[in-house]
Amino acid sequence: MRAGSTTLRWRMAFLTDRLTLAVAVLVALVLGMPLLKPLFAAAFPTLDRPLYEADSFLTLTLDHLALVGLSSLTAVVAGCAAGIFVTRPSGAEFRGILEAVAAMGQTFPPVAVLAVAVPVMGFGAQPALIALTLYALLPIVENTVAGLEGVPESVLESARGLGMGPVERLFRVELPLAAPVILAGVRTAVVINVGTAAIASTVGAKTLGLPIIVGLNGSNQAYVIQGAVIVAALAVVLDFGFDRLAALSVRWRRG
Amino acid sequence: MPHRPILHNRVALLLAAAIAAAALTLPFLGFAPNRLLSGRPVALWAALVGPLDWLVLLPGVVVLAVPFLRPGRAVSAAYVAAGVLLAVGLVWLAGAQAARLAANAAPAARTSFGAGFWVMEAAALLAAMDGVRRLGLAPAWRIAVGAAAAALIGLLLASGRLDQLSILREYANQRDVFAAAVARHAVLVAAALVPTLLIGVPLGVLAQRVPRVRRAVFPVLNVVQTVPSIALFGLLLAPLSALANALPGLGIAGVGPVPAVIALTFYSLLPIVRNTVEGLDGVPAAVREAARGMGMTKRQIFWKVEVPLALPVFLSGLRITLVQAVGLAAVAALIGAGGLGAIMFQGLFANALDLVLLGAVPVIVLAVAVDAALKLAVSLLGRRAA
Repeated sequence: MRAGSTTLRWRMAFLTDRLTLAVAVLVALVLGMPLLKPLFAAAFPTLDRPLYEADSFLTLTLDHLALVGLSSLTAVVAGCAAGIFVTRPSGAEFRGILEAVAAMGQTFPPVAVLAVAVPVMGFGAQPALIALTLYALLPIVENTVAGLEGVPESVLESARGLGMGPVERLFRVELPLAAPVILAGVRTAVVINVGTAAIASTVGAKTLGLPIIVGLNGSNQAYVIQGAVIVAALAVVLDFGFDRLAALSVRWRRG
Repeated sequence: MPHRPILHNRVALLLAAAIAAAALTLPFLGFAPNRLLSGRPVALWAALVGPLDWLVLLPGVVVLAVPFLRPGRAVSAAYVAAGVLLAVGLVWLAGAQAARLAANAAPAARTSFGAGFWVMEAAALLAAMDGVRRLGLAPAWRIAVGAAAAALIGLLLASGRLDQLSILREYANQRDVFAAAVARHAVLVAAALVPTLLIGVPLGVLAQRVPRVRRAVFPVLNVVQTVPSIALFGLLLAPLSALANALPGLGIAGVGPVPAVIALTFYSLLPIVRNTVEGLDGVPAAVREAARGMGMTKRQIFWKVEVPLALPVFLSGLRITLVQAVGLAAVAALIGAGGLGAIMFQGLFANALDLVLLGAVPVIVLAVAVDAALKLAVSLLGRRAA
């Protein structure tokens, strides 16, 4: 904490509006969906079960978040490590091939990657986790390399002049300067993973996609809407959250 | 890191090590009594029967030798050729072994690719990519190397030498369904492209000129892009069903290809509008000024100066849109839109893994092919402009 953080916090509170609102909507939807049962019953009078009750929406949301969170975190750690390695002199030789793989891999549709994971690893949450992690790696690696590569040589030179060693330079100069670009890669990865995790219900992972899939297969439109609204709200919340983080990371960069 | 003159290419060394490790420790193929059971592993050495089979390993030896040779164009060219030949040779070997296994087995038996095959195939293709990069070829030539590898595997497919592999046995059962699915997939993507271009390009041009439009359009398109596809399909379901009930006879429905095309259009708009704006933004003010100085009218400046200069950026937006649409069209199978996704999800729901691959692998191939074709267009355009 430094001086002037109160005004900063005020400015942040102003910025948060959109995010807090979105979080409030999400929480209300997740916890309050059962209260809407009469509404769905009225809208779809032909359905015997107008509310998805096989699992609570809270459980599904937490499972969904766990899948996205775990895969994204693993990808952040591995992706940043790989990105840092190939931008050091000892790993420079691997940079070209890593970038080529990251670029090529991103043309593979996530849903196809998820499907291919099943014949290789079987059904369940595990193949989904691995497919999501692999897919999330690509934008993170790409942006880590781009971010570190974008640090001006003159800045590195001054850091060297100040007597900073390679490790200190990495953590105190390069990573802070690259943070916004790396964060943009993490954001891309998380946004894709939220959607792919929903589709992962078709390979046996229990996520918010389950009511949608069950509803589509059983012609229950109410289930579809309930699942879809919460997934959409979750995606928007995460997107707004990353907007906030991006603003913060730019500030961190300015020091 | 001290300089070690003995090792000239550590990437090739790593890839060769991965190939060797996969060859020795992972199953090359899986052999199952029928399409629903998981198979017993078949090692690579068990598939090496005749002298021709051993020849497949020769390019692998070349990859292993590359790190110890003095770097040069000839070594890099051999490296690329070895990668491509190994990738093709492994596919051929898998097909040949599948045929041998099928000759002594019940008709329901299936031979599928094992983990060892996938690792070696990936490493071989990476070796080719690394070599192409080291050769410093222009993008068009890189794509040509990829196309050559694809053509060789295509030849193997056409010759029938791979017919006993499980994915092709599945294809033989589903020939008509598969052809219809590919056609439907292409139609979905193309049908979404028409409204996307009709709306997206004018919107992009307008947004580039009017800052207020720009500020209004992008937040909306960004949020749409954030919403997961399966959720957007779900959210469109109810309003479109209601519309279909209210106005029967318009061909609108809550499920099927129509909502799929509508949702695909929503997703496709962002890259098209964004790259139209970026492309036009990238036209230097001095060029516009010069055109005006030459007495060109506004219309002439737009068509003869701005459009040609913005075209490469626009085309890369088109590439992003199309690659994305190929994947999203697969998800659209969940709302009954058909296409390759229908085969894929049918396989997932019925636990028929060969069917999953028969749907998913062509989706990946289609996306990569579209990506390569548009990259080629951009690079040829760039060369013409230069």
